[in-house]
Amino acid sequence: MTTASSADHPTRRDFLFVATGAAAAVGAAATVWPLVAQMNPDAATIAAGAPIQVDLTPIAEGQDIKVFWRGKPIYISHRTKKQIEEAQKVPLSSLPDPQPDSARVKSGHDQWLVVIGICTHLGCIPIAHEGNYDGFFCPCHGSQYDSSGRIRQGPAPANLAVPPYAFLSDTKIQIG
Amino acid sequence: MSGPSDFQPSNPALKWIERRLPIFGLIHSSFVAYPTPRNLNYWWTFGAILSMMLGLQILTGVILAMHYTPHADLAFKSVELIVRDVNYGWLLRNMHAAGASMFFFAVYIHMFRGLYYGSYKEPREVLWILGVIIYLLMMATGFMGYVLPWGQMSFWGATVITNLFSAVPYFGESIVTLLWGGYSVGNPTLNRFFSLHYLLPFVIAGVVVLHIWALHVAGQNNPAGVEAKTEKDTVPFTPYATIKDAFGVSCFLIFFAWFIFYMPNYLGDADNYIPANPGVTPAHIVPEWYYLPFYAILRSIPNKLAGVVAMFSAIIILCFLPWLDSARTRSSKYRPLAKQFFWIFVVVCIGLGYLGSQPPEGIYVIAGRILTVCYFAYFLIVLPLLARIETPRPVPNSIADDVLAKSKGRAATAASVVLALVLAGGLFAGSIQNAKAEEGGDTPPALSWSFSGPFGKYDRGSLQRGLKVYKEVCSACHSLNYVAFRNLADPGGPGYSEAQAAAFASEYKIKDGPNDQGEMFERPGRTADYFPAPFPNEQAAAAANGGKAPPDLSLMAKARSYKRGFPQFVFDFFTQYQEQGPDYVDAILQGFEDKPPAGVTVPEGTYYNKFFPGHAIKMPKPLSDGQVTFDDGAPATVKQYAHDVTTFLMWAAEPHMEARKRIGMQVFVFLIIFAFLMYFTKRKVWADAH
Repeated sequence: MTTASSADHPTRRDFLFVATGAAAAVGAAATVWPLVAQMNPDAATIAAGAPIQVDLTPIAEGQDIKVFWRGKPIYISHRTKKQIEEAQKVPLSSLPDPQPDSARVKSGHDQWLVVIGICTHLGCIPIAHEGNYDGFFCPCHGSQYDSSGRIRQGPAPANLAVPPYAFLSDTKIQIG
Repeated sequence: MSGPSDFQPSNPALKWIERRLPIFGLIHSSFVAYPTPRNLNYWWTFGAILSMMLGLQILTGVILAMHYTPHADLAFKSVELIVRDVNYGWLLRNMHAAGASMFFFAVYIHMFRGLYYGSYKEPREVLWILGVIIYLLMMATGFMGYVLPWGQMSFWGATVITNLFSAVPYFGESIVTLLWGGYSVGNPTLNRFFSLHYLLPFVIAGVVVLHIWALHVAGQNNPAGVEAKTEKDTVPFTPYATIKDAFGVSCFLIFFAWFIFYMPNYLGDADNYIPANPGVTPAHIVPEWYYLPFYAILRSIPNKLAGVVAMFSAIIILCFLPWLDSARTRSSKYRPLAKQFFWIFVVVCIGLGYLGSQPPEGIYVIAGRILTVCYFAYFLIVLPLLARIETPRPVPNSIADDVLAKSKGRAATAASVVLALVLAGGLFAGSIQNAKAEEGGDTPPALSWSFSGPFGKYDRGSLQRGLKVYKEVCSACHSLNYVAFRNLADPGGPGYSEAQAAAFASEYKIKDGPNDQGEMFERPGRTADYFPAPFPNEQAAAAANGGKAPPDLSLMAKARSYKRGFPQFVFDFFTQYQEQGPDYVDAILQGFEDKPPAGVTVPEGTYYNKFFPGHAIKMPKPLSDGQVTFDDGAPATVKQYAHDVTTFLMWAAEPHMEARKRIGMQVFVFLIIFAFLMYFTKRKVWADAH
């Protein structure tokens, strides 16, 4: 519709076409929003992802348990003295994803390691107490994590994530 | 779609593709350069409206299927979860449910337009028959879609419609068993209906492609009914038809949005908010409004097989229309008699629709029979006869002549189309409301509610008081299964904070488990928990309440209704009156009378209620003055309790109502501005063509 002359001198007609086109674009964008937003977690799923509390008393030294929070397995390991020492004395420079053990546990609760048990490579579940580092071994592609859940060997790029959690007492934590 | 195109793209990349797959040429010749008669009126925009509706139904349907569970035990609940918990789920569901009605509404206009202007006549017979096939597929799709929410009407609709096939001699029962996948309508039926409901829209889309192909081979018919002869008779599809269609679509969207945002339950049946119960048939089985004329024909015939045959014949006869009406003149504009009979036929169809919604007794049956005869007579007697005896008026020489003859009175067209749309929609669609039972209950008085109308909001104080009444009185017997404690803090709800909702929840004991020892245990409620039911199962609830389980209250305010009657239901469409449910619940709570009126006795174990259908209700008078004390000083009267608990139940049934009405207002403002812009754009574009 736009001719050479009207391009130089915008006319009322051009304004009308641009306004209508713009309104159509705004309407289309506003329509797409709910069509995409519906894919996000629904209110029931979000509510079910509320924090959970875990009692630590039944977990003996050297043992670990797996609990689920937001559909993810959380490893809670009661570490032995040996595991703690190993984790603390590793030189940070030798780690692919350098992080001191103290940054991965709550101070004063060195014996408790709480990590999300999902391999940072492609999402498989590593097996506890396996591999060469007294930690976790992922059977899918051979990533190995140490007793602090840090990546030591294999294709995974990062340490096992630590979920948000806090000690409510010495024997009870709240995850989330 | 007709022959190789001379379209040559200039962009080298497009050229490269075009040589290997001439798709741009196809689009160009079909939707850009395609010559369209210049005298098309707005009734011709319904083709574009229908294409949009099909696309929209597929889009929203695919999305709903992401959240829906096709299982007899879970389907009803999953639909409620869509509406309550999925982001914009209420919007998507309303769009899809109202969209089905809008789709049929548009297809009826499209069909009547074809009928009036003789669009089925040579050389468009195949085009017309493809249209009838699309219509049949739509009916099957719409029916199966209606079954999916698995409410009472879904279940019993499925039962009645599948039983139509039992009329087939010898094989009837086997066919029905095959359709059901069981000895009755059940989970296998639901599963296959879901599968087919997902499949058929794509089949429709395929037939639509054939329909458009046939259209582009024969060329469009037009109001004058004469074929385009020269270039002067036509304009290119783009921009002329595209812009006109876009304006038609934007007007239709306004009508559509009225239902989505303000009248989402106007076209539905309250009974479908009651979960499917194979043991109880609703008092009046009524199909969706778009099947009502055929339903009326079915019921008019007092023989099972003949009724089913008549019903299907009423649709199949459309396929033979091109040969039943052999008149040379296409457009009824130039056929004085045919024009009158056309309008009589329209009235007959609407009349059949009305009768289909009425109980099959007395005068309604006789009227149904008369109109059924009229329906068939139109095709079998009137049209063949008119072709022989009618003298048509002279048709214009060409489309260009037709345009010149009436370049006046155009501006009024758009407005009158919109008005006709709204009026017809209100009339036709509202007839479903009439289907409600009239079983000797007094009509509940229409009360004033804070949440009625386009700006309605829930009264927070009333919601909080209503919650208290529910907790202290109703919850002793009635569950509230679909409401979670977290909802108490939702926007548009009772207005509690998260902390208040958590505190409220912690007062409840919730059964959880099994724990590591494999045992169930009780713990304090959390906000993610739902209101616990007073009884562990339906049998226990029935045993404790004189043999009838108290119904769940989550959807009570939408699952009950009463007859509004003609013409009230037409006005309701314009005033957005949607509060039959609350009116009824409030009336029941206040309708108990210690002594039945003289001459009325109610059976042992039941109580007299003025507004309950049949008057004998199993529930004893639940509320009495002073039973619940309110902190905010509201009067401790039954009237106040009833009002507050009903408001609370309305919120429980429709928790996103405030968001719905708020977004609705924004959408309306936008659509009206957009329609105006489209109208002026269309005028500017067409200014060159006249």
